[in-house]
Amino acid sequence: MATAELTKTPPADLPLEPEMHPLVQNKHTLVSIGDAVGGVVLAGKHPRGWWIGFLAGMALLQILAVSIAWLFYMGLGIWGINVPVAWGFAIVNFVWWIGIGHAGTLISAILLLMHQKWRTSINRFSEAMTIFAVMCAGLFPLLHMGRPWFFYWLYPFPNVAGVWPQFRSPLTWDVFAVTTYFTVSLVFWYLGLVPDLAALRDAAQKRWQRIVYGILALGWRGSAIHWRRYEKVYLILGGISTPLVLSVHTVVSFDFAVSIVPLWHATIFPPFFVAGAIYSGFAMVVALAIPIRKWYKLEDLITDHHLDIMAKVMLATGFLVTYGYFSEIWMAWYGHTLYEWGTTIERLFGPYGWSYWMLILTNCVIPLTLLWSKKVRRSAFWLELISISVLIGMWFERYVIVITLSREYMPSMWGRYAPTIWDYGTMFGSLGLFLVLFFLFIRYLPMISITEMRELLPKKQGGGGGHSIMENAP
Amino acid sequence: MTTTGHDASTPTTHSAPAVYGLLAEFETADALVHATRKATKAGYTRLDGYSPYPVGEVADALNFPKSEMGPVMFLGGLTGACTGFFMQYYLNAYGYSLNVGGRPYLSWPTFVPITFEMMVLTTALTGLFALIALCGLPRYHHPLFNSKAFDRATCDSFFLCIEASDPKYDPAATRAFLESLQPLSIEEVTE
Repeated sequence: MATAELTKTPPADLPLEPEMHPLVQNKHTLVSIGDAVGGVVLAGKHPRGWWIGFLAGMALLQILAVSIAWLFYMGLGIWGINVPVAWGFAIVNFVWWIGIGHAGTLISAILLLMHQKWRTSINRFSEAMTIFAVMCAGLFPLLHMGRPWFFYWLYPFPNVAGVWPQFRSPLTWDVFAVTTYFTVSLVFWYLGLVPDLAALRDAAQKRWQRIVYGILALGWRGSAIHWRRYEKVYLILGGISTPLVLSVHTVVSFDFAVSIVPLWHATIFPPFFVAGAIYSGFAMVVALAIPIRKWYKLEDLITDHHLDIMAKVMLATGFLVTYGYFSEIWMAWYGHTLYEWGTTIERLFGPYGWSYWMLILTNCVIPLTLLWSKKVRRSAFWLELISISVLIGMWFERYVIVITLSREYMPSMWGRYAPTIWDYGTMFGSLGLFLVLFFLFIRYLPMISITEMRELLPKKQGGGGGHSIMENAP
Repeated sequence: MTTTGHDASTPTTHSAPAVYGLLAEFETADALVHATRKATKAGYTRLDGYSPYPVGEVADALNFPKSEMGPVMFLGGLTGACTGFFMQYYLNAYGYSLNVGGRPYLSWPTFVPITFEMMVLTTALTGLFALIALCGLPRYHHPLFNSKAFDRATCDSFFLCIEASDPKYDPAATRAFLESLQPLSIEEVTE
């Protein structure tokens, strides 16, 4: 009798996942999803919000252009960098931007492998965010080189001098990690776009749209054989992007951790950096998604439930980074090293102590108290403010780490660092580059995956019932 | 029209345009799966299903249960990893010998990050280019694009095309077979 009880299958109509929060609201169909997402691109009508974002980005981009032109003319002396703080804003911004990019890969790859279907409505634009963020990140080491036109010296290439890179250096690892990260993100993003581009090609009314989207779609026609190969490639890309995203920020943290600077030379750096990257990345996704879904009236597809989940991810990663801050102080105290503890005291109460407390306020106190409330997690207004707070906090985290150089071992090595107007110009200018690229993207490419949203639709509405990619890609 | 070629009405100098195949349109994915199974059972071998989103059962019905992408990408990744590792070893040991603190030239732990990154890079690029090559892409025109109805293959319709190159293909008999599957419409697609 007992075995009969065990083998009894549940009734077929029992839903495995109770649809408490439908991921697609209203009675969408295959056509209406195409209209809601593709229509934004094809009709070419854009809300006032688009112009506000684009023009703000354009204005900041001009500042970047002027800052870079002046930098090339005058040289690195126009920045505030000095010895001991030789990297300054350049590495702060590099790490901040790279970190923001990581949420895109996390959403598109890790959540794909974990069958998290809610990722579908945000994965496309967070992947785009990744690519643009990595472009902004790449700008800073290039500009910091002093002679950026020799950037190719970073790569191994046969040259007259017979010199090759030092492959035991984390800085060389960084070159390979960031290059790979950018390329793989681009491949992943483009591959995801191909079926959507085909959908746009076939739905387009204007001739130029048919030509441009037709070329970009590579002649995709939705063949079952092609789909099977496509899904396999997409799945493997998800599988290799998952360790990739962890490796990239680990390598970035090695830039610090392999040195012997007190508080940098710590084993906690790789996981601590990865958690921080995901934290700031999700903050950026939320900060972008909230205004965009409002301007484009996509609340049916990016629902409050999505905001709620992303806020929970922020809450979890926020606690991880807070644990990291605690652990840094604990290890310095427990390790009983004069320099570690002395540098900690300088970090907390020294000349740049204000930046540490700014970090604690914006990264720990504000988000981690407010995000507990479900009301806050489902309020677009509050979530936008909290995300901006986290973005500022994560910037300060890297600032605090970099400024550690101003007070390390011997007082004779100590110094002060102050950014100049050109540091600020390059930093805010890079935000302009990001905004311009992002707003051009939502104007010309589908910001939500049409194909994947169609798959997510229930079967009775014509969709694929939200099958997972594993089922189709043996 | 250059890329998508919807102007099937363009007068040609040939007497009769060659036929690519018979295209049947279905309303749902399940209907397409059902039709594909029947068609392969009836002995058709040169046929393909088209859908706006992946429907794995169609590929199963077409006797394509497993794609070749896994082994291809594995080989790509393996090549990249080996290249990455031996590049570092050769260059730092022989190409430009670097003695860092008396450590051995084959200090493999420090070569791990770049080996890994090269593996990921080559796997991804192999996947992209192999997919494009194996699917016969990019191609800017395909006979199916001559069909106006086929525009909906990327929207809300599901198609089964039995190609004229199929040994069992017969204009009348194949059309009758497709009609027995109760499609929304049947169309003869020209080359």
